[in-house]
Amino acid sequence: MRIQFKTSYDHDIRLFPDRHSLIVYGALILLALVLPFLINEFYIGEVTNVLIWAIAGLGLMLLTGQTGQASLGHAAFLAIGCYTNTILIEQGLPFLLAFPLAGVITGVVGAIIAIPALRLHGIYLAIATIALSILADDIIVLLEPWTGGVSGKFPDVIRVFGMEIERWTMPVRFYYLVLAVAVMCTLFYRNILRSPLGRAFDAVRDSEVSATAMGVHIARTKATAFGLSCMITGWAGALMGYYAGAFNNETFSLVISITLLMMIVIGGLGSIHGAFFGAVVVAFLPQGLSILKDSVLGSGVAIPGLETGVFGMILILFILFEPMGLYGRWLKIRIWFELFPFARKDMFRRQKSYLKTERLR
Amino acid sequence: MDGVQLLVSGLANGCVYGLIALGFVLIYKATEAVNFAQGDFMMLGAFVTLGLTNAEYLHLPFWIAAPLAILIMAFFGYLLDLLILRHLFGQSQTAVVILTIALGFVIRFVAGVIWGHEPQTLESPLAFGDVSLGGVVLGMADVAVIVVTVLLTWSLYQFFQRTKLGLAMQAASQNQMAAYFMGIPVKRVQGLIWGLSGATAAVAGILFASKGAIDPNAGLLGIKAFAAAVIGGFGSLPGALAGGLIVGVIEPFAARYLAAGYSQIAPYALLLAVLVFRPHGLFSQVRTKKV
Amino acid sequence: MSLLKVENATLKFGGVVAVNDLSFSVNEGEVYAIVGPNGAGKSTVFNLVSRFYQPYAGRFSFDGQDLLSCKPDEVADLGIARTFQNIELFDHATVLQNLLVGRHRHRRTTLIEELFFAPRVRQEERHHRAAVEEVIDFLDLQPYRDKMIAGLPYGVRKVVELGRALASGPRLLLLDEPASGLSVEETQDMRWWIDDIRKQMGITVLMVEHDMGLVSGVSDRVLALADGAKLAEGTPAEVQSDPAVIEAYLGAGAA
Ligand SMILES: Nc1ncnc2c1ncn2[C@@H]1O[C@H](COP(=O)(O)OP(=O)(O)O)[C@@H](O)[C@H]1O
Ligand SMILES: [Mg+2]
Repeated sequence: MRIQFKTSYDHDIRLFPDRHSLIVYGALILLALVLPFLINEFYIGEVTNVLIWAIAGLGLMLLTGQTGQASLGHAAFLAIGCYTNTILIEQGLPFLLAFPLAGVITGVVGAIIAIPALRLHGIYLAIATIALSILADDIIVLLEPWTGGVSGKFPDVIRVFGMEIERWTMPVRFYYLVLAVAVMCTLFYRNILRSPLGRAFDAVRDSEVSATAMGVHIARTKATAFGLSCMITGWAGALMGYYAGAFNNETFSLVISITLLMMIVIGGLGSIHGAFFGAVVVAFLPQGLSILKDSVLGSGVAIPGLETGVFGMILILFILFEPMGLYGRWLKIRIWFELFPFARKDMFRRQKSYLKTERLR
Repeated sequence: MDGVQLLVSGLANGCVYGLIALGFVLIYKATEAVNFAQGDFMMLGAFVTLGLTNAEYLHLPFWIAAPLAILIMAFFGYLLDLLILRHLFGQSQTAVVILTIALGFVIRFVAGVIWGHEPQTLESPLAFGDVSLGGVVLGMADVAVIVVTVLLTWSLYQFFQRTKLGLAMQAASQNQMAAYFMGIPVKRVQGLIWGLSGATAAVAGILFASKGAIDPNAGLLGIKAFAAAVIGGFGSLPGALAGGLIVGVIEPFAARYLAAGYSQIAPYALLLAVLVFRPHGLFSQVRTKKV
Repeated sequence: MSLLKVENATLKFGGVVAVNDLSFSVNEGEVYAIVGPNGAGKSTVFNLVSRFYQPYAGRFSFDGQDLLSCKPDEVADLGIARTFQNIELFDHATVLQNLLVGRHRHRRTTLIEELFFAPRVRQEERHHRAAVEEVIDFLDLQPYRDKMIAGLPYGVRKVVELGRALASGPRLLLLDEPASGLSVEETQDMRWWIDDIRKQMGITVLMVEHDMGLVSGVSDRVLALADGAKLAEGTPAEVQSDPAVIEAYLGAGAA
C-alpha cells in the first residue's frame, strides 16, 4: 500500500507529481529508447505504427476527451497534415521546417473550419465532421494538380542534418523520429492539462453556462481546442504518410475517422494513457484477428467486415461495462493492488447521473 | 418531360432518405440520442423481409412477410434499448453516438454473414409494373414509396402533437429527471420509441429493396439520410421528410448538370451550408437553455 | 453608492412576462435579497445580469459601466460571480479544478506559454493555487479537495459552487437560492459564510432565497417580487409586514 503526502502546491503543478511517477515514466522512456536493441526490425515497425496511432489518438483525445466534442472527421486532418508536409517538402523546404509547419497549418485550417462548427452541439458537430471526412476524398481528387488525385503521392526520403530516414530501409531511425514526435505531443498535452486552458476545456465540456459565468469564452476555447487537436492530428497524418510509403484520396477515409474515435473510447476518454492503450488495440487487432481466423477457418478465407464488426463489438462491450476504457480498468487494478487487502467491491460503483440537456428547443 | 422524370425518381429516393431520417428524428425527439445505425436498421429490415418472402428462403407471401418483418424490427429496436441503450441512461450524447456507430458495424457484419455480400433483390409485388400519369411513366415502387412515406410522416406527426403518449415522449427527452418525477415512465417510453423507429426502418427497408437490389452496405445510405435530417432540422418530423426530399432531388439533378467530381459533393455541400447559416436546420426554431 | 443598478428591465418569453419594468439597485457592501414565489422571475433577473438573456428593455449598469455592452463571458471580468439554482458544476473534475476555473478571469498566460509550460505559467499557477487554498480554508473544503464532483453529496456541491464563485475574487456575488435543499446545520453554515463574505471580504451580495430565516438574518434590504414586478422593497422586517407581500403569499396559500 502506497500513501502519498503532498507537501507543496507544486505537487499538483509538476510534470511528474511525485518520485514514484518520475521513476515509472523515466523507466518507460528508457525502455522505449533501448527497444531497437531488444526486438527485431519487423516489430520495431509495428511499435512505430502503434506510436503513430497514439499521436493521432492524442490529437482527437484533446478534442473529444477534454472538451467533449466528438469529431468523426479527423481523417480529413490526417490528410491535410500528410499532403501539406509532402507538398512543402516538394517545394524545397527542409523536413525540420516542413513537418512542424504542416502541423501548424493543419491546426489553423482546423480552427477556421471549427468556427462555424462551434455553434453546433454534439450530434450536429458529429454530422458536420462526417461530411468533412466524405468531402475530403472528393476534394483531394478535385485538387489533382497539388495532390496527385487518385494516383496519389509518394513521400520523399526524410533528410535531417544530412541524415536520411526511411521507413522500410531504416526502420529504427524512423522509429526514433516517431518516438520523438510522440513524446513531444504527450508533453504538449500534459502541459495544456495543467494550465488554465486545460481547465477551461474541462469546463466547456461539463457546463457551458457556468464556464461562461466564470469568464470562459466558449467559442474561442472550442476553436483553440479544435486547432490544437488538428495540429497534433496533422503531425500524425504526415507520419502516417511516411509509414504507408504512398497515399491517395482513399487513404484517409471515413472509416479511419471512425476507427480513431472508437480507439480513444476503448483506450479511455480524457486521458493520455487512453490514447496509447487504444493505439495498441487498433494496431494489433487486425493481426490478432487474421491469426485467429487462419487457425480456425484455414488461411485464404476472407470475411468482409470482420475487423470492423469485431472492433464494433469490443467497443460496445467497453461502453457497457467499462466506460472509462482500458485506462479505467488499469486504474482499478492498480488501486486494488495499492490498497491490498483493503479494496472493497463497491468502491468502483458507477455514479448515477441524469442527462442534462444542452439542447436548445 | 425529362426533368419531371428526374424529379419523380429524385422524390422517390428522397422519400427513402426521409423515412430513415424519420427514424433518426423519432429517437432524437424522445431520447435526445442519435441512432447512427438507423441506416443499418433499414438494411436489416429489408433483409429480414427478403429472408421471409424470397423463394430461396422461407417463401412466405409478401403481404404476410412485410408486416411480420415490421414487427420483428420493432421488437429488435425494443430489445436493443432494453439490452444496450438503457444501460447508457444518463451518459453523454457522444457515448450514444459512438455506440450506435459500432452497432452499425456489427449489424453490417452479421447481415453479411447471414445473407452474403452479393446484392439481392426482394421479391416484392411493389417492384413490378408502371403507372402512367399524364405522359410521365412512374415505377410502381416509386409511387408506393411516396404514398407510404407521406402517410407515415403524417401519422407520426399527429401522434407526437396530439396523443398523450407522444407528448410524454417529448417531455421525457427535454428533462429526464423532471419527466421521471412527473410520473412519466421514462425508460419504458424510451423502449417504445426504439421499437417505433425499428418499425419505421423496416418500412423504409421494404420500400428501398422494392426499388432495387440490397446488400449489407446499403445501410451506408444512412449517412445521406442523416444529412437530410440535419438539413430539415433534427427536432421536426415534417422537416426530416422535407430534408430527405431535398437531398433526393438534388442528387439526380447534380449528377445530370454538374461536372463529374462535383455531383456527389452536392448533398454534403448543402449540408455544410445549412449548418453554417441555419445550424439547427431549415425548419426549426431555436431557444436557449434555461438555467 | 450603488454598485449594481437595474432600471426598467423587461423580458418576455413568448407570452410570459418574466420580468416586468423592474428597477432596483444594490449598494456597495450590502447583502440584498430577492424573494418571491416560484416563477416570479428571480432567476431571470440573475440571468439578465449575467447577460445570458437579452432584455427587451431596460438599463443595467455595474459600477457605472453599462452591462449591456458586455458579452456573457466578459461579465466575470468586471468582477461579477454567480451560483446557479440547479448547481452547474464541472462534474468530471475535482473540487480543486472547479475552484481553479473560478480563477480563469485572472489568466494572463498565452497559449504558446502554456504549451511549453513556461516559467511564468508555473508562477501564475502558484498564485492561483494560493488564492484557491484561501477559499478552501474559508469554506472548510479541505477533505474534498481532490474528490470528483460527481461523487459528492448535494450539500457539499452547493458549497463548492459558492467556493468557485469566491475564487474568482468578485466584487459582486450573485447567489441563486444558496440554501435550498440544505439541512438546518448546513443552512446555518451558509448564513455565517454570507456574513463573513460581506464583512471580512467586503464583497457585495445579491441573493435569491426562500428561507425567510436566512434572509432576515443576513440581508440589509429585501426586494419582494411577484410576476416579474416589484411588490415591496425595504428592510427584512418592513417587507415581511408589507400588506401586499402578505396578500401575495397568504393569497396564494389560501387559494
Ligand atoms: N429560458 C426560458 N424560456 C422560457 N421561459 C422561461 C425561461 N426562463 C424563465 N422562464 C419563465 O419565466 C418565468 C420566471 O422564471 P424564473 O425566473 O426561473 O422564476 P424564479 O423566480 O422561480 O426563479 C417563469 O414563468 C418561467 O417559466
Ligand atoms: Mg429560480
